[in-house]
Order: sequence, then C-alpha cells, then structure tokens
Amino acid sequence: MLPSKRLLTALALTLFANEARAADEVVVYSSRIDELIKPVFDAYTAKTGVAIKFITDKEAPLMQRIKAEGEHATADLLLTVDAGNLWQAEQMGILQPIRSSVIDANIPAQYRAASHDWTGLSLRARTIAYSTDRVKPQELSTYEALADKQWEGRLCLRTAKKVYNQSLTATLIETHGEAQTEAILKGWVNNLSTDVFSDDIAVLQAIKAGQCDVGIVNTYYYGRLHRDEPQLPIKLFWPNQGDRGVHVNLSGIGMTRYAPHPEAAKALVEWMTGPQAQKIFADTNQEFPANPQVQPSAEVAGWGTFKADTLPVEVAGKRQAEAIRLMDRAGWN
Amino acid sequence: MSNQSARIQHRWYVPVFASAALVLLPLSVLMLSWQSIDVTIWGHLWATQLPRLLGNTVTLLLGVGIGVTVLGVSLAWLTSLCQFPGRRWLDWALMLPFAIPAYVLAFVFVGLLDFSGPVQTLLREWFGSGLRLPRVRSTGGVIIVLVLVFYPYVYLLARTAFLAQGRGLMEAARALGQTPWQAFWRVALPMARPAVGAGIALAMMETLADFGAVAVFNFDTFTTAIYKTWYGFFSLSSAAQLASLLLVAVIGVLYGERRARGAAHTGNERVRGQMLYRLRGWKACAATLWCGLVFTCAFVVPVVQLVVWCWQRGRFDLDGRYLGLIVHTLSLGGLAALVTVSLALTLAFARRLAPTRAIGMGVGLANLGYALPGSVLAVSIMLAFSYLDKALVIPLYGKPLLLGSLTALLLAYLVRFMAVAYGPLESSLAKIRPSLPEAARSLGLGGVRLFVRVYVPLLLPGTLSAALLVFVDVLKEMPATLLMRPFGWDTLAVRIFEMTSEGEWARASLPALTLVVVGLLPVIGLIRRSARRIGQTQ
Repeated sequence: MLPSKRLLTALALTLFANEARAADEVVVYSSRIDELIKPVFDAYTAKTGVAIKFITDKEAPLMQRIKAEGEHATADLLLTVDAGNLWQAEQMGILQPIRSSVIDANIPAQYRAASHDWTGLSLRARTIAYSTDRVKPQELSTYEALADKQWEGRLCLRTAKKVYNQSLTATLIETHGEAQTEAILKGWVNNLSTDVFSDDIAVLQAIKAGQCDVGIVNTYYYGRLHRDEPQLPIKLFWPNQGDRGVHVNLSGIGMTRYAPHPEAAKALVEWMTGPQAQKIFADTNQEFPANPQVQPSAEVAGWGTFKADTLPVEVAGKRQAEAIRLMDRAGWN
Repeated sequence: MSNQSARIQHRWYVPVFASAALVLLPLSVLMLSWQSIDVTIWGHLWATQLPRLLGNTVTLLLGVGIGVTVLGVSLAWLTSLCQFPGRRWLDWALMLPFAIPAYVLAFVFVGLLDFSGPVQTLLREWFGSGLRLPRVRSTGGVIIVLVLVFYPYVYLLARTAFLAQGRGLMEAARALGQTPWQAFWRVALPMARPAVGAGIALAMMETLADFGAVAVFNFDTFTTAIYKTWYGFFSLSSAAQLASLLLVAVIGVLYGERRARGAAHTGNERVRGQMLYRLRGWKACAATLWCGLVFTCAFVVPVVQLVVWCWQRGRFDLDGRYLGLIVHTLSLGGLAALVTVSLALTLAFARRLAPTRAIGMGVGLANLGYALPGSVLAVSIMLAFSYLDKALVIPLYGKPLLLGSLTALLLAYLVRFMAVAYGPLESSLAKIRPSLPEAARSLGLGGVRLFVRVYVPLLLPGTLSAALLVFVDVLKEMPATLLMRPFGWDTLAVRIFEMTSEGEWARASLPALTLVVVGLLPVIGLIRRSARRIGQTQ
C-alpha cells in the first residue's frame, strides 16, 4: 500500500499549510503587486540562491493576517506603499526593528522609521500635472494655490479614500493646522470640474481629454502614460519650491515581529537598499531610488529636479485619521 | 414520533450543526467586535457619512431591484412563452452575462463611456468640444451596470418557473377569456413569484455586498463606510460593527423573501407543444430588439471592448505563468464546487428528512455567509481560522496548519457560497414528491441504493446547476482568495485585482477576458442542460 501512502502524504501537504520551512527562504507579504516586486526578488534568488515566497493583497488585510498569526508567523517581511500604512503597521506592534549600519548608510533618516521598524525603498512625488495646451507653468505655484478662484471648474482629483491623498492632507495639516487646511480642501472641492476619480491614471486621462486642466498625481502614473504616448500634452509641475517643497512619499519594508527567518530577511532588506536592487526596484515603476547614491532612470530624471518636503514621512501616519475626518468634512469623497 | 425516526433525525444534527458552526465562527468574530465602541469614529461617520451613504444604498437597492425584475421577468416571459425571430439563440445567450464579474463590466462601462473614453472623444470630434453629455459615473450609471450583471439571476429562475408552469395553465386562462397580458399578470406572474423573489433576493444581496463595481464609479455606499473605517481609520472592530449591521439588513431581505415564498404555490407541469404566443409584425420586432439590446449591452459590448484592450495592451503580458493562473483558477473553482455542493446537498436532505426547528435554524445560519462584503467576511474567516489554529491545532500538533492552507481557502469559499448551492438543491429536492421514495422503499429499495437509483437521477440537474453557480462565483471571488491563498496560488482574479489597483484597466483585460472565457464554459454547460430538458419535453 506504499503508493497510496505517498499519495496521502502529498495530499496532506497541499491541503495543510506549513510544510517544513526551508532555512534559506524569505517570506514576504506585499501590497505592491507581483510585477513590481518579482524582478528584484528574482535577481536576489539568482545571486544568493535564497528563495523568496510572497503573496500580494491590500495592506490592511495583510497586516491583520500578520497580527492574527502572531508568534507562529509565516511572513518575515511586510512590503507596502505609503508611510501612512507603514506607520500603522508599526503602531499595531507587528514589526520589529532592524538595526543595520548598511541600511542606515544607504537610506536617509527622513525616509526611515525613527524606531527602525521599517525603511523606505523608493520615493514618489505627489505633484501637480497640467495640460500644456491650456495652462502656462507660470500660473502654477503651490498645492494651496489650487484652491484659488482661477482654478474653478478646472481641477481633477482622485478619491479621498486613497491613502496617497490622505498623506498629502496630513502634511498640509502638519504645516498649516486644521482650520486652514480645511479651507484649502474646501477650495479644491469647489474647484473640481467633475466627480473625483477612482485612480490617478483617470485623472491624467481627464486632463488629456480636456475635462479639466490641472490635477494632483503620483509621478510614476504620469511616467506610465508618458512612456506609451511621448506626445502626451501633459507636464509635471513641482509646487512649493519657494517654501517646504514637493510632497514625497515612499514604498517601504519592515520585518515582522515574529519573523521565522530574521537573519535571511535582514540580509534581503540590506541588499534591497543597495545599488543593484535600488536600481531595479525604482526603475520597474519609474520611481526615485530611496538611496541617494543611486541615480533615477533617464526617463524619471527627464522630469527635472525639485526640492522635496523635508517633513519626516511618518507624519502621514500620525495624522492619517485626522486627515480623513477633515477630508470628509470638506466634502472630498 | 417513534424512537427510530427520532434517532434518524438526530443523525442529521451532526452535519447541519457542524456547517452552522463553521459559518457562526466568522459571524461571531463580527459580533465580538461590539465589545468596545469607538465613539470618535461612530460620531464622525454619523455626522458626515452615514446619512448620505444610507441614502445612496437605498437608491441603489431600489434601482437594481426594479431593474433586475423588469429585465429578468420580461426577458424570461418572452423567451420561454413567445415565438419571435432570434428567440432560439437569445434564450441561451441572455444567460451569458453570468460569466462577467460586476467589477469587469463596471470598468469597461466607465472606460468606454466616460468623458475621456473613445465614445465621447469621437462625439466631441463630430459635434465640437462644447458637447456635454449626462455624467457617466453617476447613480444611474451604477444602477445600469449592476442591473446588467445581476439580471441573469431573475432571468434564470423566472424562466425555469414559467417553463415549469406549462402551457396548459396559460391555455386555461385564455379559454376563460383572459388576454395574454391579463394571463401574465393574474396567473403566470403570481405563480412565478417565489422564483422571481429568490432571484431578486440574490441580486440585492450581491448589490449590498458589492465593493468592486461601486469603487470603479467612486459611488459611496454602506460598504464604502466599512472599507473606509478599516483601510483608512484602521479600526477593524468598527468596520466589523458596521458589517454586522449590514448582516441584519440581509437577514431582513432573506426573511421577506421566505415570507413571500411561503404563501405561493409553484406549478410543476410538463411542457408540451409549440410556443404559446406567436408574435408577429411590430410585436415580434420589438421582442427581438429588446432581447437583443440587453444581450448587446450586457455581453457583446463588454467582451468586444475587452478583446480590443487585450489586443492593444493585454497581450504583451501573456507569458508562461498564465497557464499556472488558469490551472489554479480552475482547480480552486472545481474543488470548491465539489465541497460546497456536497455539504449543501447534505443540508437539503437534513431539512427534508428531519424537519425540526433546530435543523431549520442550523440550515438558515449556514446560508448567511453570502451577503457580507467579501473582504469583511474574508478577514473574519481568517481570524476564525487563526483562532482555531491557536486553540486546537497548535496544542496538538505544535504548529498552525489551517491558515495559509488550501483547506482554509476551500472552507472560506464554503462559508461564502453555501447559499448559492443550497438554493437550487433545495428547490429541486422539493420537487421530488415524498411518495416516490416511499414507493421505492415499499418495493424493498433502501439506503444507498435508494439514494443512487431514485434521488441521484432526479437531483442531477439541480446539483449540476448548483455546482456551476459555485464554480463561476469562486472564479470571480477576490478578497478571500487574496488573503488566504497558499503561496504561489495566484489566480486570474488576483491578477485582475493587481492591475485594477494600479488603474491599469486596459491591461486587466487579459486576465478579465480569460476569466470570462473560462467562466463561459460552465454557463454554456448550464444552458445545454436546461435546453436539453426542454428538448426532452417538447
């Protein structure tokens, strides 16, 4: 009866989880999608032989799963976007600090958690996109100025449900306080040319089609559209160059509190902040490497240089709930 | 009641209560969330969100309810009782939209018709840029999309009911001097009410739970509040509280449907002869146009748009890994259908053979999973399994086995789609008169042989449609698959999620089109089966 025994074992292994964990593997829960992380992981596996297993989902369910698994953790690392999400993970107590001189040397302190619970991997600016047909760059100045009368019926925004807008609002609150931020947001909502969109690409397409003249988008969405269509009549504008600078957010990674392979995971994160991985990771999605020694791709560099807001990105997390409440009050859906 | 029959009844308690417990576990996770209430979040939601969202939800439910009824019943009436050009193929073609997930139709609709889409761009080229059309991402737009994806529930069930009523009844109504119109209103529709009601209830539960389609439109419903509370405020407990309120609404819908069904009688006559009403002239024309229009909007247009996008963008993503996605999708669908239908069949038999109050309640509970927003249910199930792992598996085995396993994912599908399988099984079991198995038993047929030789042949059609419905639903399912799939088990729905979450609608066309094609096979199976049944009786 040997064959049937083997069959049963095989079946049991598929039906139940946690087949013996290999020592040389790292497990990642990622809210960054397959095609944006696989190239980096494949490069690491090719170089070191360490296998990387991952699943993708939205950040909130992934964090809940890490929390539920507790000390019987499956995941070593949580990879996600936006400092707001990383800050939440830190608050939930599902991460542990990685103390590494390599990471400290590679990534500026502004883009890391003070607690060492997570580190940024790539940067993206959330900036103003404008129609080159209907807007002169001189007319633009700051995020705040988009609330002015001259933009009435000309602004497009993405939904306030997206964390990118919540983080932007959080930094506005940090800078201006609640009352003034609410006035700015009400100005934006008043200037909307149409209902808010469900994604940044739709905002850019609306600008292109003439539904509106300006919008606020993440740089890489512009990059994707621009790569397909070099004649795109839209350009990026870097606002607030006279004061605090452009709002910059990041994608980042942190080690789970009960990571089963902490050493291997730490080695992976260190490598991911280094030159080779930074290049692949940022270029795959047309982002800026978080490691300042690594140059962005020619395409990304072509958008011009800018002064970035130096607020620690953690502010986005600390003020996220406040920002959502304020956006709701301002009628930004 | 004799001792023996009481013992037989008790035998059913085990499977019924086990499945009820399985569903109760995640539901109790929801209920436990009420231990502490976050006043800040509730105060904020009440002040700025809930009145608007509740208004939106009620409008949506009414719109979708009326829409699916009008579409489903009128189409079913035309294709099952009238003769007009094209009826033969429209009869089955109108079921094809079943294979199109709501979120796919939503993003096709918005991508095609919104201001920056090809249609309006072309119109502006013709009529000048001053042209302003009604808003596409509006309440009306959402309702149209949801009606077009959910009407097949009503169509399928109403069609079966009209066919089962048979023509004798309609001929009798006609002989009594009723016009076809009167016969429809006074005889056919009242008799089809339970079927239509069940279809509407399914469509409404889907509407209440939908998040994907309304998110594409950025149309805020009650579900939006749940997601905002969880993903934005990171308060899973407040989100669970909101979800449990939604559950109460769903129980209301189900109760209403049961009550409506309880009072009605269904017909069960064999279909004979030719189609009853031969439509001519403008009437025939209008019937063809109406059915053709619905089919075009709900199926032809979205599929053509997906093909176009696929050709422009999606095909460049095609690589060796796609085969894996398809295999995973099909295996999960098939396994889940097998597991769910087996248990649903057990429940249906329990309900029939041991009609006690306790069994009735257990079965009712086991069917509740369908109407919760997928993500909330998925996370509740995940938490429940994690609890089981900690309470039972780890003390015995030393490490968790459930979470992250195929078993957990299949159980999650079971909890979610039990109602989908149970409905058709219960109704086809109800059609078997108790005298039939009694007669078989009196002829000395008992136990397994009774089951195999009497029940199996009679239940086969119902079982197949139950399995196909579950299969198609599992193919489309996103949140539980995302959260609980074993490593490497990416499916087509996972890929669609990844693309749409990045706003890459055109590239989502490849997995979406594959999903529609893969989902079509079972729908065609469903059609062939029901066509054969009609063929046999004609």
